[in-house]
Amino acid sequence: MNLNTLKYSQVAIGDKLPELKIDITSGLIIGAAIASRDFTPVHHDKKVAQATGLPDVFMNILTSNGFMGRFITDWAGPDCTLKGIDIKLGAPNLPGFVMAVTGEVKAKDDASGVVSVAVEGVNNVWGTHMTGTVRVALPKEA
Amino acid sequence: MTPEETKAFEAKIQAYVGRELGAPKRGKDDVNKAMIRHWAEVMGDENPVYTDETFAAKSSKGGLIAPPTMLQIWSMEGYPMCQTPAMDLQRELHNVFDAHGFSGVLGTNTNTEYVRDLRPDDQVFAHTVIDKISEQKATSRGVGYFIETLTKFTDQNGEEIGRQVFRVLKFIPKAGEEPAAASGDAGAPAVPTRLASPRGHDNAWWWEAVDQGKLPIQRCKRCKTLRHPPRPMCGECQSTEWDSIESKLEGEILSFTQMHYPKFPGYPYPLICAVIKLGEGTNLVANLVGCEPEAIKIGMKVKGKVEQVDAKTWLPQFYLA
Repeated sequence: MNLNTLKYSQVAIGDKLPELKIDITSGLIIGAAIASRDFTPVHHDKKVAQATGLPDVFMNILTSNGFMGRFITDWAGPDCTLKGIDIKLGAPNLPGFVMAVTGEVKAKDDASGVVSVAVEGVNNVWGTHMTGTVRVALPKEA
Repeated sequence: MTPEETKAFEAKIQAYVGRELGAPKRGKDDVNKAMIRHWAEVMGDENPVYTDETFAAKSSKGGLIAPPTMLQIWSMEGYPMCQTPAMDLQRELHNVFDAHGFSGVLGTNTNTEYVRDLRPDDQVFAHTVIDKISEQKATSRGVGYFIETLTKFTDQNGEEIGRQVFRVLKFIPKAGEEPAAASGDAGAPAVPTRLASPRGHDNAWWWEAVDQGKLPIQRCKRCKTLRHPPRPMCGECQSTEWDSIESKLEGEILSFTQMHYPKFPGYPYPLICAVIKLGEGTNLVANLVGCEPEAIKIGMKVKGKVEQVDAKTWLPQFYLA
């Protein structure tokens, strides 16, 4: 986690963010589903997940969305402000997978100080788990 | 379902579009430090403005805030949703789907706007409308419909704190996959490796040499012409007698392409495939690695190494010289 918040002027379109690797375990999937108060059985009960055609419990969208947010705030620092996240899910994240999250700055809005980052999370087994855009406001130069 | 049944079903579900789930509903828990810490802990989120009061007080936030991505969490129903979920309009709609075989449910997209940071003791009210139901779609998970709900979040003063479009797929689980799943604990799907190299009568020898860390080039025994890929007869003199020489793995880029989409599991990205003109004179298709795609130009000199790229595969790979 970067504790020195990036200034709006320090960020340029085309900047690539440091990669975040996430080891996906049953503990993470279930723990985050519960911490997000999402008790949909496919996120904590393997048998129910299997009845929907998947081999194991899988990550819920609130967790994936949370990782989108964490990926951005880890990079931008504690004084940034998340303004919005658009996320689209692809292949599920299952226990035993590793997800690599990458991002690139795509747009800057000088008036609001908001930076748009395209984010992608790819797992090592089934490929693209999530794609989306995160909008984050960065402080202007003091 | 017959076309008539489908039509009747679709009329039934479309009747839900535009309907509200009820008055704005206050979350069971107001924003609080314990739930924030539990979430930050499992997410591995070390942002101190969520959990470190001293740091947060001195920061531009002026005190603890909740991770913005928790917005929806404050309005979740909690454990009853897997026991006896409260019957609201959304549940009723899902039941209509379930009754027609669309028992699978999958969150596919959200679009969320965060209007302001939330702080401990803030109250969160959620007000949801069933906004859209798609036409029937064939998806990789099965045939189904996308349901879009629109939720507005407000605080104790009735001020907007965020809004979210939530899209779920209600689908008929593919029957073919169930027996495999029901057969139990096969464990996680294996990490994919590259496609196995195609080893036939005329080229297995070449791949076997690559497995030994060498890059051979086939040579006609009669006229000494080199050829690649391996094949049984010399194109110059039609002799079927051949041997091989070992390449020095030096060459230049004749052409290259960057594979973008779809991404194949098991392959590293960015993935550059190039045609290399080897110093010995033959051409070879191989990956260019260890450089930014933007740096590559036709005509550049390259130097290769035969390397193990996954558990089963050795390949000649090339680096900018």
